[in-house]
Order: sequence, then structure tokens, then C-alpha cells
Amino acid sequence: MAANFGFGTLVITLLISLFGIGAAVYGARKNDPAWVDSARNAMLLTWPLVTIAALTIIYLLVNGRYEVAYVSEVTSNSMPFYMRVTALWGGQAGSLVFWTWLMSAFASAVTLRKWDRDREFLPWVIVVALVTLAFFLVLIIFFENPFARLWSVPLGQPVKAMFPPAGAELLTVADGRGLNPLLRHPGMIIHPPMLYLGFVSFVIPYAFAIAALVTGRSDDRWIRITRRWTLVAWLFLSLGLLLGGRWAYDVLGWGGYWGWDPVEIAAFMPWLSGTAFLHSVMIQEKRGMLKHWNMVLVILTYALVIFGTFLTRSGVLSSVHAFAQSAIGPLFFTFIGLTFIASLSLLFNRWNELKSEAVMTSMLSREALFLLNNLLFIGILVVCFWGVIFPLISELVTGQKVTVGPPFYERATGPLFAGLLLLMGIAPLAAWRHSTAATLGRAIWKPALFSLLVLVAVLIGGIRQPAALLGFWLAAFVSSVTLYEFWRGALARHHKSGESLPVALWRLAGRNRRRYGGYVIHLGVVLMAIGIIGIEVFQTETQGTISQGQRLSLGRYAISYDSLATFDTPDGRNVARAVITVYKDNQPIGELHPRRDYYYESQQPMTIPGVRSTMEDDFYVLLVDWQPVSSTGATFKIYNNPLVNWLWLGGLVFILGTLIAAWPDKEPEPEKATVRRTGFAPAKA
Amino acid sequence: MKRLATLLTLLLALVLAGAAFAQDSPPLPANATIQSGNRQAGSPSDDQVNAIAKQLYCPVCENIPLDVCGTQACAQWRDLIREKLSQGWSEAQIKQYFVDQYGDRVLATPPARGLNWLVYLVPPVAILAGFYVLYRALKAWKQPTPQAVSEPPASAQPDEYILRLEEELKKR
Repeated sequence: MAANFGFGTLVITLLISLFGIGAAVYGARKNDPAWVDSARNAMLLTWPLVTIAALTIIYLLVNGRYEVAYVSEVTSNSMPFYMRVTALWGGQAGSLVFWTWLMSAFASAVTLRKWDRDREFLPWVIVVALVTLAFFLVLIIFFENPFARLWSVPLGQPVKAMFPPAGAELLTVADGRGLNPLLRHPGMIIHPPMLYLGFVSFVIPYAFAIAALVTGRSDDRWIRITRRWTLVAWLFLSLGLLLGGRWAYDVLGWGGYWGWDPVEIAAFMPWLSGTAFLHSVMIQEKRGMLKHWNMVLVILTYALVIFGTFLTRSGVLSSVHAFAQSAIGPLFFTFIGLTFIASLSLLFNRWNELKSEAVMTSMLSREALFLLNNLLFIGILVVCFWGVIFPLISELVTGQKVTVGPPFYERATGPLFAGLLLLMGIAPLAAWRHSTAATLGRAIWKPALFSLLVLVAVLIGGIRQPAALLGFWLAAFVSSVTLYEFWRGALARHHKSGESLPVALWRLAGRNRRRYGGYVIHLGVVLMAIGIIGIEVFQTETQGTISQGQRLSLGRYAISYDSLATFDTPDGRNVARAVITVYKDNQPIGELHPRRDYYYESQQPMTIPGVRSTMEDDFYVLLVDWQPVSSTGATFKIYNNPLVNWLWLGGLVFILGTLIAAWPDKEPEPEKATVRRTGFAPAKA
Repeated sequence: MKRLATLLTLLLALVLAGAAFAQDSPPLPANATIQSGNRQAGSPSDDQVNAIAKQLYCPVCENIPLDVCGTQACAQWRDLIREKLSQGWSEAQIKQYFVDQYGDRVLATPPARGLNWLVYLVPPVAILAGFYVLYRALKAWKQPTPQAVSEPPASAQPDEYILRLEEELKKR
């Protein structure tokens, strides 16, 4: 009953979306505001409807209605309440509903803004949002239906279908299979929503870009309206990636945070094109240039968002067969292809109207350096895309499967990331429009000198690995340039207005939060880079089997094996938990409890590390194996991960910077008041 | 123009140097010992096994290197590596053995031959092409209007930085 109700709601939502698309196009073509208003109402109606559908799924999940296939796939009797609720995004079908729900919420929020000055955009923004929504609804209703039930038929296997096949009866299932244990982690519960929020909010700038193309407005209005949306999208995407990394580090038990898995890369790619976009829109705002390029970037980001949504849950890229067998694979690709081609042809239609208002006047100007930045981001994107796609190409052409693993990505993207760091140090010192080697040199020599001193210090400290030396030098360079920028700005303001330095710094940052928030983000990236160099270059590991009382050592550290206990937990796990003592320079510094959880329902083991974490390094211990009689011995794998905490600290600074940049304005500026009230970026006066 | 060329060359050099560094830095040997382990002399240590397993991927567990994979199949593969090591096989021989048995997919990166060359060639070619396009575009942009600048020469301004900052903060 509830399942039918939820399904019916989705069908109605799809019909309303289709009506909205038609009404918006008709209203725009006939210039009839009544039709556009009707389309807007349709848009606004989708959110409560999808909410009802999502709540219905949650109702089924919470009440253990295992006759619904999705419920039995992702929940079980032993799962706690909150996990049953969040199982909404624990599987493919539910994830799609969740995505749709977020999409309709964001699109509704956009349609509620004041449109006085941009009336002509409204119908097209609605069309883009509703087309995206309708596509996902079609997927859900016809291919990945979370309400489909299991039916027992007189002959043969139970059938999964929405409506009963002839002569079938509803299958009664006592317990579900339960959520994949790897996903039963707080990080995994908030990580997907963050990613999805990021994905979904990137649809908004795309919708406005398309609206600008259709209506032929060639100014940067669409960028100004969606500036904050883009930052918010980027914020959530960054948060999602960081949480995913942290989850991998805490749960996956391989001593790392990023494995260049296609699923990770799928989420990383829109971030890359989005980051390039965030930088290059500044050139259009400041100089009225690169209008075509910004359109290309936002179109690309949208395509990658859909691609990412598809990849993160389906796993179809693992082989050609998996792709061909999944019903939704070809559909996704058709949708991505069609929207991509349609968007690009719109762009080519308007190509001549999107002329630059200015020309590049200096090769060392900030706009020129931003272009280089874009090139490097797109370069990394090419590497990622190619690495993900190549195994499929190879299998198609030669029938031979290949693995494109971390060494490929590290080798190919490492230098590009280094190039980005270098630009991060130079570009903030370059002026818009006109910048010469002399002006740049005057600005740069002090931080450059400082960074060389740091390099010398690192060398004296005994570090010889070229990659680490290059990385630490770049980190020192970028951070000194960035801090120097804060210092110079605050000092200039201090001299001019007589404010005290802290006040001057505060007010300076307040005047252009996007700029100074951006610098804080750069500092966060530097901290993250330090952490990444630490773990990538200096990670050490060892593995060994020791019996009780014996020691296994790694560098200055050692562990001794004290005891091991195995027990069952009420939530259906069998836990083997070792107690070990950690020694540093032969002094005991604490106890760790690495463990192995075995999930009876899904018959899956999970290795939870014991970690002693400091800013200097992480000491990370995995329980690999053990003998039934604990005195005989247990096998441990231990990692020393130097500086890895700087990665997480950098992540926090990064997010803080993004918040500073994206925070809504509050200083009243009269001529911009109408726009700001709606929560959007102030318009160009 | 020269400056741009210099900058581009510099970046390119950095990219190439980085690539060289990345190739040069092998995984650090773990300077670890089992102080009182019960291994017999001559039997390969877990670290020796993992050093090889790290570079291999089993066909079942997508994208999880063999040394950290928890499945039974992977444990058997590791035992196989240990066995081969104790028989005196070299690292290259062991890797070749797995390639012969299961195909190129067990390797972390495709071996550079045939179609696989594409995996290594496409990204650098695409990026170099990008550099070239950007170089041409910047050149083309600059030439028609060599002095579209209305600003006074920067060096003539004593407090040039303050002016610039003001200008940058103002026009958003």
C-alpha cells in the first residue's frame, strides 16, 4: 500500500515536471507570463511531492518492510534507527530518489528568488532544472524503482516487480540483507549527501548559463547571479571529497586516504572543472573576457556531475559487460551526450555575440596566469578521465582488460599539481591587465627568498627526496606569498586609515571576502600538500607475526602484542580486538586496539585500524590475522604516516576559507539591496 | 613574448622534472625488523611478500592492491608469492607468472606496448597541445593592440600597491 502510494507520487511528479517543461517553453516563446508562472508552480510542486516519496521510502525502511526489494537490500533487523533512515542513500535506487529530492529543493529555492531584473531567464532555468529532474524520475520509475516488491510466483525464483505478476503473491521476508558494512560509518552517512549537494548545486549555474545562451544575454549577469551557488556547490563537493578520504583512512584499512578508484575520480572530476570555472569566471567579471571558455567549463561540469552521479553508485565502469547489462548505463550516456551536444550547439549559435570586451595585454597579468591555471586543472581532468575510460577502450578493442592504477595517476598528475602550486604563489602577486616582470619581481622577491631559506632548512634537516624538496619549497613559497598578501594589505590600510593592524586586516578581508577567503583556501591547500607529501613520500610500513609479549618495530616505533579477545555484538558482528602497547624510542606511549569486525549477515570482514595520531605522524596498526589461541601469535601490519594530520587540518582551513568566501553579504549597499535580499550575490552596479 | 615563453618553458620544465622525480622515487624500504619473530631464517618475510603484492591487483577485487586486500583469494595469492620467493624466484619472475596466469590486468599500470601506449601518450600530448593553443591564443590576443593600457607605468607610482589593491577590491 505504502509502496504503491510512493510510486504513484513519483509518477505524478514526472507528469508535473513534463507539464512544467512544456509550459515554460511555451510561455517563453509566446512571451506569456501566465504560462511561465504555471511552469514555476509546477517546479515548486515537485519538491513537496518528491519529499513525500522519499518519506515513504524512509517509512518502509524504518518499519522493515522487507517485501520491498530495496528495503531488504539495504536494511536488516539489527540495524539501528538512524542507519535505517540514512539507508535512503545506501543503494542505487534510493540514492537516485535522494538526488532528485535535493535537485527539486535547490531548483525550487532558485525559482523563489526575486526575478525582477532577469525575468527572461526564469523559464529557461526552469526548463533545465525540470529536464534534469524528469530524467532522474524516468530512471527511478522505469529502471531503478525503490518501491519494487518481491513476489513469489508458482514456479521458479521470486520476481522483483512493482505490480504483481499473474498468480503471484507477495513474498514475506523475515530479515533483510543489511547495509554493506563498509558503509556503516558516520563518515559514510554524511559523505554521500555532501557529494550530492555539491553535484546538485552545480546544476544551478549550468541552468543560468543555458538561460543566458537561449535568451542571448551576453553580459556576465548569469555568473553574478550564480556566483554564490557555484561556491556553495564547490564547498559541498570539497566537503564530500574530504569526508570520503577520511572515511577511507578510518575504515578501509589500507593506510591511505585516496586510492584513485574510478568512483573517487568520478567525484573528483566535476570538482576539477568546477575549480577551473571558479577561477576563470573572475576574468569575465573583471575584464569581460573568456565568455566562451566559461560556458564550456560550466557545460563540462554539468556533464561530469551527471557522469559522477552515475558512476558513484553503479560501478558499471568495471567492465564493458557490466555497462551493457545495466539498464541505466546507456540511458545515462545518452542523456549526457544529448545535453552536452545541445548545450554546445547553443553556445556555437551565440559564439559571435559572446565577444570579449577586452584583450589580453600582458602575459604576466593575472588573467594570463589564470588561463595557465585552467590549463593545468583541465590537464588533471584529462588524465583522470582518460585513466577511468581507458580500461573500457582496451577491453573493447583488444578484449584484454587492464588496470590503470595509482602509479599512473600519481606520475601524471603530480607534476601538474606542482605547477598549480607554483601558480598559486605567482598569480596573487600579478596585477590584472598590466603586469611586467619588473613589478612582479618586486612583489615576489621577499617571499621567494623566504621560501628558499625554508628549502635550505629542510635540506639541513636531512631530507633528500627530490619530490619532497620540491613540494616543501612550493608549500613555503605559496604560504609566504599568501601571508605576505594579507600583511601588505593590512599594512597599507593601517597607514591610510590609522586603524590598528588587526582591525585593518579584519576590515580588509571584509571588503572582499571572496578574495581573502580564496587566500585562506590557498593556505588550506598548502597544509594539505604538506600532509600529502608526508604520507606519499615518507610513509613506511611493515608486517609481522608476533606472539604475546613479543615486539615488532618500525623505525623509532615498536608495538608489543598484549592480548586478543573475540566476542559477538548485538548488531550482528563478531569482533576480534587486539590490545597492543606502542613504544616510541623504547618508551611506552599508549595502547591501541586494532580490530577485525566480521558481519554475519553479509559475511563481510572489516578491518578497523588502531591509530595514534599527532601532528608529527600517525602510527596506524591493522590486525591482519590471529591464531585461535592468542599466545601463538597474531599478524599486524603497521604504518607510519608522517604529517598526515596536516591533510585533515588543511581540509578544515580549506572549508573555512570557502565559508568566508561564500558567506552572504550583510553590509547594506543601497543600489544592490533588492538583489541581496534574496540571498544572492550583489549585482554589478 | 619572451617572458611568456620563459614562463611556459619553466612550467613545462617543472612538469617534466616532476614526472622524472615521480619515476625516480621508489617506495621507501621499510626499515623494520621482527625482533624476536618465529620465522625461520631463509623464509621470506611479510614485508618482502607485500613489496611484490603492492604492485599487483587480483581480478576479483577491483582497484584494491593485493597487499591490503582482505579477501580469501588475495590471501592465497600472497601465500603463492611467499612460496615462489622461498623457491628463489625474483620479483620480475613472480610478476610475470601472475601476468601469464591472469593477464595484464594484474599489473597496476598497463605494460607499455600496443594499444596501451595510448594510456601514456594521450595525456601528455593533450596537455602539450593545450600549452600550444594557449601560447598561440595569448600571442594572438596581444599583438593587435600592443598598448591598450591606460594606466601609467607601474614604476612611476610610489604607492602603486595601494592603488592596485583599492582597484581590485572596488570593482567586483
